[in-house]
Order: sequence, then C-alpha cells, then structure tokens
Amino acid sequence: MAVLTEEQTMLRDGAQDWVTDRAPVSAFRKLRDSGAGTMDPALWKEIAEMGWAGIVVPEEHGGSDFGLTGMGLVLEEMGKQLVASPLFISGLVAATAFRQMGSAAQQGEWLPRIADGSAIVTLAVDEGNRHDTARTALTAEASGSGYVLNGTKTMVIDGMDADAMLVLARTSGAPGHSAGLTLLIVPTDAAGIERHGLATVDRRGHAKVTFSGVQVGPDAVLGEVGGAHAPLEKVLDVARVGLAAEMLGMCQQAFDTTLAYLKTRVQFNTILAQFQALQHRMADLFMEMQLVRSAVEHAVREIDAGGDGAEEAAILAKAMASDFANKMTRQMIQLHGGIGMTDQYDAGFYIKRSRLLEMTFGNAAQHCERWARMRGY
Amino acid sequence: MNVQDSQLSAFRAEAREWLDKNFPKSLAHRGDEYFDIAPRYPEGEDWAAWRKAMCSKGWGTPTWPTEYGGGGLTRQQTLILRDELEKIGGFIPLTGIAVSMFGPTLLEYGTAEQKQRHIPPICRGETIWCQGYSEPGAGSDLASLKTRAEDIGDNFLVNGQKIWTSGSMHAHWCFCLVRTDTSHKHEGISFLLIDMKSPGVEVRPITLISGKQSFAEVFFTDVKVPKENLVGGLREGWTIAKRLMQFEREGIGARRMTVGELRPLDEVAREYIGTDAEGRIADLDLRARIVRHQMWERAHRLTVARVADEAKTGPSEATSVLKNAASHALQTRGEMLTEIMGFQGIGWDGDDYTQTEKDSMKQMLQNKAHSIYGGTYEVQANIISKRILGMLDHQ
Repeated sequence: MAVLTEEQTMLRDGAQDWVTDRAPVSAFRKLRDSGAGTMDPALWKEIAEMGWAGIVVPEEHGGSDFGLTGMGLVLEEMGKQLVASPLFISGLVAATAFRQMGSAAQQGEWLPRIADGSAIVTLAVDEGNRHDTARTALTAEASGSGYVLNGTKTMVIDGMDADAMLVLARTSGAPGHSAGLTLLIVPTDAAGIERHGLATVDRRGHAKVTFSGVQVGPDAVLGEVGGAHAPLEKVLDVARVGLAAEMLGMCQQAFDTTLAYLKTRVQFNTILAQFQALQHRMADLFMEMQLVRSAVEHAVREIDAGGDGAEEAAILAKAMASDFANKMTRQMIQLHGGIGMTDQYDAGFYIKRSRLLEMTFGNAAQHCERWARMRGY
Repeated sequence: MNVQDSQLSAFRAEAREWLDKNFPKSLAHRGDEYFDIAPRYPEGEDWAAWRKAMCSKGWGTPTWPTEYGGGGLTRQQTLILRDELEKIGGFIPLTGIAVSMFGPTLLEYGTAEQKQRHIPPICRGETIWCQGYSEPGAGSDLASLKTRAEDIGDNFLVNGQKIWTSGSMHAHWCFCLVRTDTSHKHEGISFLLIDMKSPGVEVRPITLISGKQSFAEVFFTDVKVPKENLVGGLREGWTIAKRLMQFEREGIGARRMTVGELRPLDEVAREYIGTDAEGRIADLDLRARIVRHQMWERAHRLTVARVADEAKTGPSEATSVLKNAASHALQTRGEMLTEIMGFQGIGWDGDDYTQTEKDSMKQMLQNKAHSIYGGTYEVQANIISKRILGMLDHQ
C-alpha cells in the first residue's frame, strides 16, 4: 500500500467502511436476484452525497479535485465488494473527458451535475467485437449547423441508467483510420435513440445503443471535429487505470477470501492451509499481486502528474491487472473446490466480473501490443 | 514549505554541490563494472579517489551513525543523495556483504566495543567479510548446522566446515553460525566473528557450472576464537542470523544483472532475429514474451521502490516477495537471451563467439543460483505463507 496523505487515508477508510456496511457483495446478490435493475439508485444517491462522484471534478464545478489518486482508492474498495454503481463511468471517465476535452461552457453545464450525481454520463465508443476506437463506423454527418448520427454502439457501460452519452462518431475517413473521429455529447432521450440492455455475465448495466438519424447541435462536439482520437485515448488511459484499481481491489478480496477459506476448511484431519502445495501457490499469488499493486499505484500517480510516463504506466497497469485478475479468479474457484462452483457462493461473481473487466477498453494482449509498438518493436 | 522541507532542500543543494566537486566524471554510469568484481575494489586513481572522498564523508554507508564513520543521514536524506547520484551517473562506491548485511546487523546487536572495532574499517572500505552460514548438511535447513564452537576458557575452539561461502578467498573476516549447544536445534546456535588469518582456517574455491569461482568451502580445524568475538549472547545466534538474512534478501531482491548482454531484450532480438515488414520482431511469439517479461521487470522495480517507501525500519518479510520476483525476472531474461542469440548464444570459449555472447551464457547459468542462495525460492515461499499469510497459525 502506497504511503497516503491524511486526506487520502480518510477517503480510503471512509470508502472501506461504507462499502462493507452499505454495499457488500450480499447487496449485489440481492439486486441480481430481485431482477429489479442493474444498479441500486439509493446506493448511488449515497455515493453522490459523500462527494465521490466529484472526486476528479475541479472545485469550481462542485468537485473536490482529489484526482485519480483519490478516485483509485474508492474504486479499489468498491472492487472488493463488487459494488454496482456508475461511479466509474460517470464520476471518473465522463468527468475526465469533459475536463480534458470539453469547452468551458460544456464543463459548466455537465461537471456540476456529474459531481452531485444528478446526471449519469457514459461513454459510447465500442462497436465491433473488440475494443478498438479506430474502427468506429457510426457516422455523424454535418446537417444544418449540427450533426446527424447513424450507427450502433455496444458495451455502453451503465447505458440503461445514463442520462447522456459521449459518443465517438466518424465525421470523415473510413473505419480503421484514427483520423476523422469526433466525440459528441448526446442525451439518451434524444429522438432516434434505441437502447437495449445486454444480459452480460456480470449482470451489470451494459447496453447496445442504436442511433437512427439522431440530431444534435454544433455545441455537442467536445474538442476538435475529426481530432478526437488522440485526446480520447488519453481519457481512456485514465479509465484503464481506474479499471485496474477496481480489479486490484477485486483480486485482493478474492485472495483474502480464499486465504480465509484455506484456514478453515479441514480435509485429511488438517486445515488446508497446512498443505505446502497450497501455501506455495498462495505465496506465488501474493507475490504477483504485489507487482500488480505497484503497477496500479504507480499509474495512478503518473496520471495525476500528467507527464510523459502516463501512457506507459496505464498500459502496464491494465495489462498486469487483467492478467492477474484472470489468474486470481481462476485460483479462487480451484482452491475453494466444489463450493466455488456453486452460485450460492461469491467466487462466481468475481470470475464473471473479472472476465468482463479484463476486456473492457482493451485486454492484456492488446495492451502488450501497445507496449511493443511504443518501444518500436 | 515547512521546516523539514526546507531542511531537505538545503541538504539537496549541499549534496549536489559536493558531488559536483568530488565525483570523477570518468566514472559516470560505471557503477555496474564496479559491483561485478565485488568483494574486491577496482584499481585506478579515480576509483580510489571517489571511494576515499565518499568514505571520509561517511556517505559510503550513508545511514550509519557518524560515531562509527557513517553518514548519519535520515532515510529521506539518503533518498535525496541517491537521487542526486543517479542524476550524474554516480553510485555509492562501497558494496558487498559487509555493507549490505553484516554492518546493519552488527549495529543492531553488537556491543559498543565490537562496533568500534569493526564498523569504522567497513565504512572506510578496508575490510572484506564473508558469511559462514551454509554447510554440506545444512542448506535450506540451515539450523541443522554442525560446526562446533567449544568453550575452552578465554577462547572458543571451532571445528567444522562451511560451504557456498562467497568471497571467502578475499575475506579478512567471517561472521559465522556455530553450534555451542547440541541439545537444542535453533537455540543451540551462536553468532561468532572469526579472523580469516587465524591458524586452522582453510579456503578451497568451488568451480560452478558457469565456470566462476565466486564461492568456496571453508574448513575450520581447531581454530581459536576469542570470546569477545561472540555477537549477542550464547545461543542467540539464530535470531541474529534471521535478521541478517532479511538484509541479505533485501540486497538480492534489488540486484541487477551486471555482465553479458545488458541492452533491452527487444533491441537484442531485433539484431539477432530481424524484423518483419511492419518492423516487428520476426518471431511474434518471442515478441509477446519479451513484452510480458519487460512488464514484470518494470513492476518488480516499482515494487522495490514501493517497499523502500513504505518501510519505516529496515527490511521486512516483503523482502522474500522481492527476492522471488527478482529470481523470476533474472532467470527469464537469461533464458530468453540464450533463445534470442541462437547458435551464437551457446558458446563457451574461443573466438567464434563475442565476449558478450559468452558472458550471456555464463550469466544465464550463474543466475540459476539466484533462486538458491539467500534461502531458496521454496524457502521464501515458506516464509511468505508462514509470516505474511499466517498459514501455519491454526496448528
């Protein structure tokens, strides 16, 4: 654990207390079993009241400006108990997009509402079977003074609960080219939008969104027309580090739960923790988890420092966290044996959520590819 | 800026100015050459001048107390010193077991007389120490050691054999685990300082699979050791030994590769294997493994820094984590270099292979020791599961 300031320690402890008290895994299980939705609005209200939705929002827009260092701590704690909330996509990703790409007017309009939780804003970037922003085919054609959008987005995080979407659209060029992409803010109740909830394995609120002649004004564009790719990748790197922090928390909990189980389960008249084969497996997992923690904590700091090291750090954090989350959730089931296979036990929740997060905004292999290209090999 | 911050920035300015005046520019970025021949010190005027300057300032052992010749710096000041050194390609010119392992342990457990006698020469870089721990019958199960130290009045009479005693061919002194009581295993061990010039000490070098002779066997035959050379009390040796091993692992966990091919693997692979039309290393499977290896290496370095940052007092059980992670990184790199260099990578001798190629092979072989010495990979895993994870708590 990185050395924290007093404020950061308070934030982390507060998050830990709230998550264990108000939103433990059992709360997610209840939500899933009830079939009532993919998030609990009452919990989201509490999250917003505590100010967490404004952690990366500047103070002038009603946030606390604690940066990713602060948000990472909260996401890590939420990851531990698989808290279902739009904090990641709205409070971190959309807020960062507005901060880094939005005009003063757009920031003034959206950031205060993101910070107080009254608006949930998501990001609609994916279309194909893999995350790849350059392959965007959804079009935004100039029409009058604004644009008309046509196309389909998938895996839109918390898309069913969102009030607005930041949509990546092609204003010129062909799919596969990174030039010609534009980011636009579109309210989800605009005419021509059809949303369809995807029943993903983690039972969270992902959506497929179809745009049929959706009209937006000229002020919907964030940043430069046709030049969204590079600045959006920077926003996505922030998102990737946020995901890595969530995965780190998830791994920590999966590890701790497994360790506790090994210390209580008796076979051959011995608790399982006494077996050296299992001790060594846990020691290896623990070692690897330390490396992942270092990568994540480093990335969080690099992002906040805003220097040249941020991209490499984000790649490292997302790739290592994805690889390890895959391994840790597999081992969680294996080391629990039969009970790990049952739906009544939580291990299944962890592996299901992990598989989804591993591929969100690029899987480990895609980030390894980035790493190699960055170094010119 | 608070008082502490302004004191630190004053220290930074002072360190920078002093280093600028005293660090020989000819030695910039040459720290690795230096460590490679440890425990000996390199020849040459600049090397000697640098060592002398740093040692008289106490910065060869920056955190040690000034009364024994150390620098008396705080942890934060030391970080600043290292930072300023790094900026100019500088390095601390003292290395080896005495500085990294024995000194810190003696400072914790030695008497005032023992510290006064042994610490200042270490700070001046004058004495070389070796570690008398392992024996032919006591490897991972170190506490089963048999070397006896018998009480004969003013002296102990030492008889036995140590093995894997690195640097003992050059050492002036040996800190040694000896058995003073045969009725207890761990509690029968004592920690003794033995002058290597004593009659009855014999050193026989061991040739390793890499061809190196960095280790030796040490035989003790009726060696008389004054009683004042006992560190801690009788039968307290195991406690001291474990503390010293933490310092040892900390050093090993942070160690870099120092000979053979030192360039990044991707650069070496581009040269030996070539690239495809897109500029990628022509062997795509290897390319993917290089990425994962580099990521592991990077994360390991970050963990070394994080552990140093978090540590309030010296090394902890986390050093076992670092050591195993380092073994993995070093050994993977060694194996991959052999794979990358292909037929050129399997040379041992002669002019058909470059020195770097031959050294890389030997380094790959030598690196196999990394997961054996200082406690094997498996012993570290035992320590992690026992001391950090508490897996033996419910017996």
